[in-house]
Amino acid sequence: MGSKLSIALLALAALTTVAHAQDKNSDVIARGEYLARAGDCTACHTAPEGRLFAGGRAMPTPFGTLYTSNITPDPEAGIGKWTADDFYRTMHSGRFPDGGLIYPAMPFASYTKVTRADSDAIFAYLRSIPPVNQKNRPHELRFPYDNRQLILGWRTLFFSEGEFKPDPTKSAEWNRGAYLVEGLGHCGMCHSPINALGGTSQSDAFKGGLIPMQNWYAPSLTSNREAGLGDWSMKDITDYLQTGVSKRGAVYGPMAEVVHNSLQYLNDEDTKAMAVYLKGIAEGSTPPPASSILPNTESSLLVSLGKTVYDKNCASCHGTQGEGKAPHWPPLANNQSIEMQSAVNPIRMVLNGGYPPGTKGNPMPYGMPPFAGLLSDNEVAAVVSYIRTAWGNRGSPVSAREANELRSAPLN
Amino acid sequence: MFARAAASAALVVTLAAFDGVAAQTANQPPDTMAARVEACTPCHGNKGEGTNDVYFPRLAGKPAGYLYNQLLAFRSGRRKYPPMNYLLEFLPDPYLEAMAEYFASEHPPLPQPAQTEVSKDVLAQGELLATSGDANRNIPACVSCHGPGLTGMQPGIPGLLGLRAPYISAQLGAWRYGTRTAKSPDCMQLVAGHLTEADVTAVAAWLATRPAPDNPAPVAKGTYALPFGCGSQPN
Repeated sequence: MGSKLSIALLALAALTTVAHAQDKNSDVIARGEYLARAGDCTACHTAPEGRLFAGGRAMPTPFGTLYTSNITPDPEAGIGKWTADDFYRTMHSGRFPDGGLIYPAMPFASYTKVTRADSDAIFAYLRSIPPVNQKNRPHELRFPYDNRQLILGWRTLFFSEGEFKPDPTKSAEWNRGAYLVEGLGHCGMCHSPINALGGTSQSDAFKGGLIPMQNWYAPSLTSNREAGLGDWSMKDITDYLQTGVSKRGAVYGPMAEVVHNSLQYLNDEDTKAMAVYLKGIAEGSTPPPASSILPNTESSLLVSLGKTVYDKNCASCHGTQGEGKAPHWPPLANNQSIEMQSAVNPIRMVLNGGYPPGTKGNPMPYGMPPFAGLLSDNEVAAVVSYIRTAWGNRGSPVSAREANELRSAPLN
Repeated sequence: MFARAAASAALVVTLAAFDGVAAQTANQPPDTMAARVEACTPCHGNKGEGTNDVYFPRLAGKPAGYLYNQLLAFRSGRRKYPPMNYLLEFLPDPYLEAMAEYFASEHPPLPQPAQTEVSKDVLAQGELLATSGDANRNIPACVSCHGPGLTGMQPGIPGLLGLRAPYISAQLGAWRYGTRTAKSPDCMQLVAGHLTEADVTAVAAWLATRPAPDNPAPVAKGTYALPFGCGSQPN
């Protein structure tokens, strides 16, 4: 009787241990999924209408087209034979298991900051998804960029390997935000200026730049003249990141993708941590005076035509004084996106319109119509010049040529 | 006395609540689908009734299942038109469904039939193909799937009325060349593959001259049997 009981107890204990191990394992997988979302892996590694993480998405670059790789656990086509060490090496050092160099379109210069534990969790999650037997498609890079040895040069100039080092003078929350923004979030891939060699120098981190190929301007995260969040409330920042809309403006262009695939899934604590960090890196810079390449007479003609265009086409939503009806119809007065030195984004919004992403917090967003077919180059330039200078906005007028050039910007 | 005090307190509370709601809505766009789809109106017109631009289709009154399939196809890039692909890229399924339902439930009057620029012979050829097909060339009649009144069938087969010849012609061309595709079996691709350019011109011209029927609503699912399988209209 006694022995039966102890066997039963032993069996129970064994079962509990297995159950614990499974629980622990499923916790790690769930954390890995969360972190994979924070890293927005799906944006590149899942093709439109393709299977999850099976790769094959074309990534046009100034150097040719890259095709993303299959990161499902398929042993032949995917990463089924990789170990957690292999995966960490990829994330941390930008090298394949055989030591081969990875093109820096994979943001390993950011992912290098990810901790070993987080890398392992992401790997555990990727091991748990359905394997897909879809072969990787070879890249189509032009000479001389098809030579992977060139990556060595890029790495020497722009890659510094190393996990995130917390700043002991800052709060735990600030450091968590920094870890997410600089690491998995890889915000610097777009928000730092990219030079002709496809790299970013450390001193230019988060200073903004035109995104190659996409022709959207990723504004500076440090200058309050651009997307610096120095004078935003915490709620406006977290609303913007989590729902895609806020009292200060809505996400659009490539940022809509980031909120849709990644940021909307982050929990309140992490979102707040990112907001604390982003607010913290904003420099309290005084805005430089607006400078325009246009002669004064041309500017004033544009602005007066612009008011006519605005009142007819825009005021019904954005208000006669640019006050909008936030968050769904964004205000244009005192809107950094409208006023910043680069006029690329406001011109493109007028031409292409757009919807903020549908998110848990804003599942049925309001959209802006594309005006490319309704307005001439002159009218586009005029209305953008008007909204950049009216109501106390401190932007500069733009020319019809600038408007015309962006008509051919790619839409996807 | 107590009852009166309670009643006035309740009234105050109600008024305050009402005020709050009024203030909120005054500063917010209308909470309607019409306001949410204003991004669509420059090309598709108010309520999806169409515009003067002959290349942009009317959406109003088409079956919701058809419209939803198109929204999904534009979102994924299967159906290629960059301005549409771009607008829909990050919108979730339930929202696209709501958009489809919205346009399907709108019934602004159909436009006047177009004045045609083609000859009587060409129109007659178009009518023959649309209403009888050409069995020798494996071309079914348009009406065999799109309905005797060309109003379409729920949930996935669109009506063909209220569209202009250049749009119909462009779409048939896209099916022929394989730049427009749909779920397998891709019935329209099979049909369009048998059409010549002259057929396309004739059919598009005749369809665009059709007057509005008394009841332009798509017929119910299963009203008639399709001549062959169609991925967009599951049985």
